[in-house]
Amino acid sequence: MVIADPMLMDTPSSAPAKSSAYKPAVRLSPASVPLAAAPGAAAAPIGETLVDISHLDFFYNTSQALHDINLKIEAKNVTAFIGPSGCGKSTLLRCLNRMNDLIDGTRVARGTIKIHGVDIYQPDVDVIELRKRVGMVFQKSNPFPKSIYENITFGLRLQGMNDPAKLDEIVEKSLRGAALWDEVKDRLGASGMGLSGGQQQRLCIARAIAVEPEVILMDEPCSALDPVATAKVEELIQELRSRFTIIIVTHNMQQAARCSDKTAFFYLGKLIEFADTRDIFTKPANAQTEAYVSGRFG
Amino acid sequence: MSAPAAHLFQSQPNAARRSERATFWLFRAATYLVLACGLGVFGTIFFKGAGTVFKAEAPFINTTFFTDAPESLYVFEFEGKKYEMGDREFRAFKKKHPAAATVKSESYVYSAGGIFPCIVGTVLLVVGSMTIALVLGVCAAIYLNEYARDGLFIRFVRLAILNLAGVPSIVFGLFGFGMFVIYFGWNVSLIAGWFTLAFMVLPVVITASEESLKAVPKGFREGSLALGATKWQTIRQNVVPYALPGILTSSILGIARVAGETAPIMFTAAYVVRDKLPWDVDKAGDFFFQGVMALPYHIYVVSSKIPQNDYTERVQYGTAFVFLLVVAFIAASSIILRNKLRSRYKW
Repeated sequence: MVIADPMLMDTPSSAPAKSSAYKPAVRLSPASVPLAAAPGAAAAPIGETLVDISHLDFFYNTSQALHDINLKIEAKNVTAFIGPSGCGKSTLLRCLNRMNDLIDGTRVARGTIKIHGVDIYQPDVDVIELRKRVGMVFQKSNPFPKSIYENITFGLRLQGMNDPAKLDEIVEKSLRGAALWDEVKDRLGASGMGLSGGQQQRLCIARAIAVEPEVILMDEPCSALDPVATAKVEELIQELRSRFTIIIVTHNMQQAARCSDKTAFFYLGKLIEFADTRDIFTKPANAQTEAYVSGRFG
Repeated sequence: MSAPAAHLFQSQPNAARRSERATFWLFRAATYLVLACGLGVFGTIFFKGAGTVFKAEAPFINTTFFTDAPESLYVFEFEGKKYEMGDREFRAFKKKHPAAATVKSESYVYSAGGIFPCIVGTVLLVVGSMTIALVLGVCAAIYLNEYARDGLFIRFVRLAILNLAGVPSIVFGLFGFGMFVIYFGWNVSLIAGWFTLAFMVLPVVITASEESLKAVPKGFREGSLALGATKWQTIRQNVVPYALPGILTSSILGIARVAGETAPIMFTAAYVVRDKLPWDVDKAGDFFFQGVMALPYHIYVVSSKIPQNDYTERVQYGTAFVFLLVVAFIAASSIILRNKLRSRYKW
């Protein structure tokens, strides 16, 4: 399995031969190529719709968590989901890599989620392939209780990569990509659980970017971090936005304002407003959005 | 009438305070009673068994007791001196002193020699049955905890496991006898004992393994799945390794149970006496189909199946003492193994 690696192109220090070996993967066309068949990450141009959610209704058993969500998420952009607790923003996020499949009694009752035009809920979709392309960083940092090195290589080994030199290279690149390299380069063999909270979360980000996903879902990645660690993660998001499509769920409106291009405001399972972040926070079209972003409820 | 308070917070005797003290002492006394019982049991075995296991001169340990098979003890008087000798020793003695050939001696079965075959048998039984129980139990626990969806069938399975835990060990013995010894035709053999004992501890192993699997945070599973791992890859690499210390902890309890139970093996695996050691077989395949001597069964035999006297008491307590040592040794090795694993995956 070839891991297409845009990061190789970003770091001039890496071998040029390797950069030239990097082939941009074929763009997926929904009719001919199933999601699973594409090698590596396809590069969707900036601003193009990558994730297309239409008329999505989602249920936990009998209670409806999402009502008729319509949302087009653009590639290489940071999209923030905001809204009060229980508004369905995390649920929607977890729909995008089908993590909700793990919970009994959940179902998409209506509507589609298309990534590259492929409906990810159609029966022949390989969830494993989907999750390789749609990575996730969780609210509670969850590095595996293994070494930092093993944390990063876990996803790569799953894909059958065993060449130590290549693994070393990707570990370094991913840790650099997650702004963690300088802090941990001397103790790659130490347990990932021994890091501080902020470092753990960045390790999880490094782990996610190591497998070169196209989309990174972040479910309140900073909610358990102190302001300094939060600032670092936000800085990191700014660095990653050129390479990945990032969707971030946050409770922190300043965070959404600081680091996202687009913001979606959810309330009671409905998408109330979706617009440029600047517009959401300065001139929201909807009264509820206005009330929420100005702190009058939620 | 109590004395007037010297200050605002002066402590005064009252009912709440008295009952507080009484409860404290009740709990404390209960704890001490338990301690006393434990000390009583271990103390008796230690003091009565120490005479058999240790000896006054170097190397201070009665090595024959650990390395020899049980023999009959001969007690006799010869040339005015009293002798106690094992069977083989007595015969050698008679050869050396022809005059002793006709000496009148009293013999006591199993009261001389050692208990080496019993130690070997018990270790074999424990290792074999725990292996079977762990493999079956961990697989079942993984299925129940990771794969199965809660439903009527799964509830029924859990109920069956609970019930299995309540079955008396003698019933397991009878089951093993009927199933393995007679129906499968394995005769009284190691393998029949392994399976009987394994089935006996299965409920403990399954329940504890499930608890350990449950204790592994959901985040590890999610993190693994989100990186594109399949369910089995996730379980194998990011769930079971972290649950293993907990699983081992519980199997330590299982070890003590397996090593100690007499009833399940008395029909299925244990011999009263066997002159061959387990590895003394013609073909490798025969190894599994031979009966063995075992420590708990040996204690049972020497305490109830032969005439009781001072000489048999030595063997009884000596065997009990060694039995405790063997269990402690096996348990200690699994504790060490567990601690090794635990330090490898700290969370």
